[in-house]
Amino acid sequence: MSESKVWKFHNDVDTDQIIGSQYLLLPNVEEMKQYTFESLDPGFAAKAQPGDIIVAAENFGCGSSREQAPSVLKALGIKAVIAKSFARIFYRNSINIGLPVIVCKDLYEHVEDGAIADLDLSAGTVSVDGQEFSCTKLPEYMQKILNAGGLIASLNKEV
Amino acid sequence: MGMTIGEKIIARAAGVEEVKPNDIHTITLDRMMSNDGTTHLTVDMFNNDLKNPHIADPDKVVFIMDHNVPSNSPKTAEAHKKMRNFAREQGIRLYEGQGVCHQIMMEDYVCPGEMIFGADSHTTSYGALGAFGTGVGCTDFLYAMTTGTSWVMVPETIRFNLHGKLREGVFPRDLILTIIGDIGANGATYKIMEFGGDGAHALSVNDRMVLCNLTVEAGAKAGIVEPDEKVVEYCKEHGREAVHMFRSDEDAHFAAVYEYDLDQIEPVVVRPDFVDNFATLKEVEPEKIAIDQAFVGSCNNGRVEDLRAAADVVRGKKISPKVRFLVAPASQAVYIEALKEGIITDLMEAGAMIMNANCSVCWGSCQGVIGENEVLISTGTRNFKGRSGAPSSKVYLASAATCAASALAGYITGADSVK
Repeated sequence: MSESKVWKFHNDVDTDQIIGSQYLLLPNVEEMKQYTFESLDPGFAAKAQPGDIIVAAENFGCGSSREQAPSVLKALGIKAVIAKSFARIFYRNSINIGLPVIVCKDLYEHVEDGAIADLDLSAGTVSVDGQEFSCTKLPEYMQKILNAGGLIASLNKEV
Repeated sequence: MGMTIGEKIIARAAGVEEVKPNDIHTITLDRMMSNDGTTHLTVDMFNNDLKNPHIADPDKVVFIMDHNVPSNSPKTAEAHKKMRNFAREQGIRLYEGQGVCHQIMMEDYVCPGEMIFGADSHTTSYGALGAFGTGVGCTDFLYAMTTGTSWVMVPETIRFNLHGKLREGVFPRDLILTIIGDIGANGATYKIMEFGGDGAHALSVNDRMVLCNLTVEAGAKAGIVEPDEKVVEYCKEHGREAVHMFRSDEDAHFAAVYEYDLDQIEPVVVRPDFVDNFATLKEVEPEKIAIDQAFVGSCNNGRVEDLRAAADVVRGKKISPKVRFLVAPASQAVYIEALKEGIITDLMEAGAMIMNANCSVCWGSCQGVIGENEVLISTGTRNFKGRSGAPSSKVYLASAATCAASALAGYITGADSVK
């Protein structure tokens, strides 16, 4: 268990909000990450600390296939994104790059922005104010990719 | 148990007789497309992160520069250089300045029954030719390019039976925006949206592309129209043969079935900042919402039919002095066709700026970017907060005819009001 600060976001957070189009052709993710959530919270990148978690409602990461969206979150050290549901490309991209994306239907209503949560990735539970919530398990195939550290890491193991 | 079109395509790609929803299969890809929105990152990963960097079959890979073309900054130029050099080194076919990636893929590559990955969400467009196109990120793309394969969890299919015909002045774009408004921006998350019925078969392949392209805005993994003789004809005209023409079996399972009477569809104006923020033009028109810019173009709505619809509205008239009207043909082929037909002249004489064939205003990075609090009406794919410029700007989505009419009036209005 480790303590994480919660950054709470609403329904339908789209990939343009996570990282805007005008930054996608910057040379690398390190240069992009300072613009994370710029249109929703311009100070986010400066305030977020490694180990923090994002909690959102439905359809997190909808919109484009830009892998830069989960990549900037990972580069900022975000430990996991916990949402009621995810858009499919963002979800798959996150697993591919080794960013834990966790479906939890009940947490959202019971956590405030800025709260401290205890996320236990291996147990699949998250606790806030002594209340524990269990998260939906990933299919085994995807869990294996995530455990390997992402799709490229697992490919490098094959060859 | 019967299979849906999408299930049959996955079964073919996986080399198995039968698949069912939620199964995970390894598939062999028929084709892979990547554009300049992410390719520079893919190339970096190829060079830096792979233990054994190689490409399974360069002939199955296509690179298309369309998002920031021509380059708008030294940093973009460097990203482009990386993409261009890599394509040359690896023997990958590269398109630059020829148009929006999905339009080029449709014109030059897509065949029915194929399984195609594109590093762009609107890869769902290829369902217009009965193919399974789906958007992926650059890590997925890199894995696919390296191995020629990937994995897929079989999605469930939602069936949309379309009946009859759209009325005059109502477009396929109005239809798909209505469907998204009905089912919501997550209404088809991880599902295939399959279209059939006499109303679907009455639509041209270009019109079907408008439907399939936007299915991702409802969360779909793919959008597919039942292929028919129009698909065979399209392939033939473009020098290809249609081989795998899959149809859903009688006893195929659908997660849901929707029926749409096309003559009931009305012109739509989607309000900011969500694609499912549906309203009819009739509801929005009395508000006389002032606009700063109008745009006709994008992979959704930049084909000759759309340019023609815009030209029909503005011909012989002048756009409002308060409005910039930008038009970007979806490809050079579309541009040439529109030139020959006189459409470009009509648009220019009305005051439109004609852009090169690229993603343009839709993606808010390359050209026609809008400023703080400005209002855009667009045929683009999305209206997310700040999608086409400053975070406080607003994007309304509508058909080419409604965008053109609004450019004339200076506020959101329909073609009937500017006749």
